[in-house]
Amino acid sequence: MRRKFDMGKIVLSDRDLALKSVHLRKKTLEAIYDAGAGHTGGGLSCLDILNVLYNRILNVSPETFGSATRDRYVQSKGHSVEALYAVLADRGFFPEADLKTICHYQSHMVGHPTRHISGIEMNTGALGHGLPICIGMALAGKMDSASYRVFTLLGDGELAEGSNWEAALAAAHYKLDNLTAIIDHNTLQISGHTRDVMSNEPLDEKWRAFGWAVKVVNGHDYAALTEALSQPAEIGKPTCIIANTTKGKGVSFMENVAKWHHGVPSDAELKQALSELDAAAAKLKEAA
Amino acid sequence: MSAPAPSMFTPAAKAMAEKLGLKMGRANLEEFAATLEELAKANPNIIAVTSDSRGSGKLAPFGKNLPKQLVEVGIAEQNLVGITAGLAACGKKSFGVSPGCFLTARSLEQIKNDICYSDVPAVLIGISSGTSYGALGTTHHSLHDLAVLRAINNITVIVPADNFETREAICFAAKATKPVFVRFGKAAMFNLHKPEIKFAVGKAIQLRDGNDVAFIATGETVIHALLAAGQLAERGLNCRVISMHSVKPLDTETILKAGRECNAVVTVEEHMVNGGLGEACAAVLLQNGMSKPFRIVGIPDEETVPGAQADIFRHYGISMEGLSETATKLLK
Ligand SMILES: [Mg+2]
Repeated sequence: MRRKFDMGKIVLSDRDLALKSVHLRKKTLEAIYDAGAGHTGGGLSCLDILNVLYNRILNVSPETFGSATRDRYVQSKGHSVEALYAVLADRGFFPEADLKTICHYQSHMVGHPTRHISGIEMNTGALGHGLPICIGMALAGKMDSASYRVFTLLGDGELAEGSNWEAALAAAHYKLDNLTAIIDHNTLQISGHTRDVMSNEPLDEKWRAFGWAVKVVNGHDYAALTEALSQPAEIGKPTCIIANTTKGKGVSFMENVAKWHHGVPSDAELKQALSELDAAAAKLKEAA
Repeated sequence: MSAPAPSMFTPAAKAMAEKLGLKMGRANLEEFAATLEELAKANPNIIAVTSDSRGSGKLAPFGKNLPKQLVEVGIAEQNLVGITAGLAACGKKSFGVSPGCFLTARSLEQIKNDICYSDVPAVLIGISSGTSYGALGTTHHSLHDLAVLRAINNITVIVPADNFETREAICFAAKATKPVFVRFGKAAMFNLHKPEIKFAVGKAIQLRDGNDVAFIATGETVIHALLAAGQLAERGLNCRVISMHSVKPLDTETILKAGRECNAVVTVEEHMVNGGLGEACAAVLLQNGMSKPFRIVGIPDEETVPGAQADIFRHYGISMEGLSETATKLLK
């Protein structure tokens, strides 16, 4: 069952990924700007996780997306769709130009993931749905003795949905070590701090108590994410990765500001954000 | 000691059933469980998913005989539907089996998004639906399921009237490439159909011809319409009886034919009168310019009368006597 992460698979270095993340953040912001709507803060917080998943971890590509043995990724926090679409476009699932059609009339790129888009496994957007679906996928994998792994990304605010905890019980009950849940632990949600809206800490102890193997990582550290995601944390247990992230990561005036949950940048704000990201890219290149 | 369950049929109704040559079968629930196990033995991809409901779903033998094909999720219906969807998305023919009341209310959002919107070929089985749990009260009734599922895109809704329709519905569902919901009760059902009858989803079955009144009924109310037609025949009225087993897609052709040819239409369902079969039929008739004397027989929009399923049926006129009276009044 345990599939050793093949270091030979790493084509992109951490620095390459960092540069790619800058590019993807720009694409995410531009997409939200073009759509006139979107989930900015949470997209930026989970972007490095998505980057690592799709460029280092997931055994899936545009060519293998129809294969029964592909790894499955279900984005339970479906609202961070612009970041996901930016990553999928970059991986070649569809042309980057499609990002310009998000939320447009007759475009399948609606404001949450749908299976009309290549690379999307399930339609999500209502919270608390991804984990139960992934249990079904992981159970099917076990039944078929398939080697694929199943991943989902949950928001920390999303954890207030009770269905997550029904699923948390079931995943441990069925010893689904082919299942990994990643929590985008940015500590914010639409109305403010998660600790004020509905406190859910300590997350690590909760998931451990539910029978999961838990890892806490810096959700913007490519090496740490790669290490944590490369293989199940423990045989016989589902893995929960609590990725500590910064909402709005990468744009100074968006970081840790709740209103950027679904704030759409103005012309001036977009310009400033893009120039900050360009500066970050220049710095990365300079450091090389 | 519990009181004996009241009979669904008066002595006169039983006599009419005998006169019509109807034989009692088993519960649709038992027919479902036997059919599913038979199909699952031949197809290891069929997976039953239960929410501590294998007993009430008569699936204990299934679980014993095919343990690898049954997934227990505990009392967690939202999880049941999500897991059923995930299994279906990975190539399994999954059947989520849970009491209709919980399945279609508590986990409605999972049905809408994870199954219908995501378009996975999962099957949902609402057991002990309608008022099957009778005296257990409104928490355990599903009188909303047809209305809510009619309002959700991309799901076939089947309400079988007898063992034959149940078996056919389950066989259809096992092969379906789109979402399917089937609901039935747990009381023994009369067998209504002749062996040569063909079952097709979206195509109603006419059990009896006549042009005075058309009874368009669904599920376990069909027998009462059939008995009423027998009783009305003795009074000189010829009534048509249609088993509208597919509530979605609806057989509009058969409804329109009934509207054209009959003097009145009575719909019958074990469901609230809001948003169910009756309103669907009314919309079909009106939008095609047909206005005939019309009655929807079902459970009215009130707190359902306490009592066993048979009490509830009788109270709201879902009985031979009640339907005969409704039809007679409608023709006046
Ligand atoms: Mg959050």
